[in-house]
Amino acid sequence: MIRVTLPPHLRTLAQVGWEVQLQVEGQATQRSVLDALEAQYPMLRGTIRDHGTQTRRPFLRFFACEEDLSHESPDAPLPDAVASGAEPLIILGAIAGG
Amino acid sequence: MSKVRVLVGTRKGAFVLESDGKREKWEVSGPHFAGWEIYHVKGSPADPNRIYASQSSGWFGQVIQRSNDGGKTWEIPGGGPQPGPGGMPAGQSNKFAYDTSAETGKPLTTHQWYDGTQHPWEFKRVWHLEPSHTEPDTVYAGIEDAALFRSTDGGKSWHELAGLRGHGTGPKWQPGAGGMCLHTVILDPSDPDRIYIAISAAGAFRTDDGGQTWRPINHGLHSQYIPDPNAEVGHCVHHIAMHPSRPNVLFMQKHWDVMRSDDAGDSWKEVSGNLPTDFGFVIDVHAHEPETIYVVPIKSDGEHYPPEGKLRVYRSRTGGNEWEALTKGLPQSNCYVNVLRDAMAVDSLDSCGVYFGTTGGQVYASADAGDNWSPIVRDLPAVLSVEVQTLP
Repeated sequence: MIRVTLPPHLRTLAQVGWEVQLQVEGQATQRSVLDALEAQYPMLRGTIRDHGTQTRRPFLRFFACEEDLSHESPDAPLPDAVASGAEPLIILGAIAGG
Repeated sequence: MSKVRVLVGTRKGAFVLESDGKREKWEVSGPHFAGWEIYHVKGSPADPNRIYASQSSGWFGQVIQRSNDGGKTWEIPGGGPQPGPGGMPAGQSNKFAYDTSAETGKPLTTHQWYDGTQHPWEFKRVWHLEPSHTEPDTVYAGIEDAALFRSTDGGKSWHELAGLRGHGTGPKWQPGAGGMCLHTVILDPSDPDRIYIAISAAGAFRTDDGGQTWRPINHGLHSQYIPDPNAEVGHCVHHIAMHPSRPNVLFMQKHWDVMRSDDAGDSWKEVSGNLPTDFGFVIDVHAHEPETIYVVPIKSDGEHYPPEGKLRVYRSRTGGNEWEALTKGLPQSNCYVNVLRDAMAVDSLDSCGVYFGTTGGQVYASADAGDNWSPIVRDLPAVLSVEVQTLP
């Protein structure tokens, strides 16, 4: 079970609470977790990564275990604590006015 | 008794304002989609309970919302649980992919950037949603960077009408201060194959074959701020309005100049007349008097507020040139708001109602064609768009 924390506006959009839990097939990577997230909550497609290029939207960052994973390869394994469900993958919106 | 429903898009959410035909007491619902920019909300003429909304954010991109009950509840088309194999792909309602296929002929990769260099087309947001006159599930989207898309499945999926970007002048289009947006879509109610669109800063365009081929319709526009003031494209058209009974007559608020065409845009003439300034964004036509038009003059492109701090709607009953200021109920001192291009609309009750919203968060209404005004609401977030539905 993988835990993912969403920023408030995406929680509203997906009609979920602070954290969602996902079943991820195979190795837990940014790509596999986001694939599972978008499969379970299709309304989030295009809001975290670009529809076409699948790149992270510029005003969003990925954190876990007090590390910034935003610039890691989308296919790099996530930390063991995320893969085991001990820690969440945090999707965070930039603090940039608003 | 008839009712009116005013659909308001703001910087921080959408609001629905409803009243009976007297238009004196209003019920306000919202914010819907709180915290998101709502560039446009518009109802289907074929089914007034069907409403489309463009929701966007610098963080999370574009979302399309749809209501089937007049704005009480909303859904993301196709955004629910994934259907089984062979079903419609879910989560595509915010996918606006430019058509680069060889089949449609002319994949276009660049337009002009602010500095004159070429720049790739990049989807930013949906500025305007224009539902079909006859099919509730058909809706057009004008987007930034400028292109026209159409959905025929109620907003679940979108396909570009690529003939517009591909017709040849695209590399000369450039963004205005608000971005390179396709902000105006007018469907000819008497001819389903004729569509008018406008782009800032490229100009106006028309198709007569349902969107397959397009041509610029900017003859007569004169813009001193571009290298060739009479160029075929490059004009910063702010908005166009049409009365449904006379689809060949168009009224335009250009960056500067209020213009009129009597031949479906083939030629334009200036009708700014005695306006205090002919800069502005909105323009609209009275529901029952095709020669009665409205604008809100703004001081200049460098000072986006009313001249002299007086918020005045100007009305012409002669199709332009002769204008009268409408001031009753509007602030006549220290008012420095703007009225953006999609933020004026009219209802079609016997005594035509006129509505507009400001960047200061007021939505003003007149139930007597502009003679008297009062605010429906005063303190919304900055208003981006106003549309009106007249209901039985």
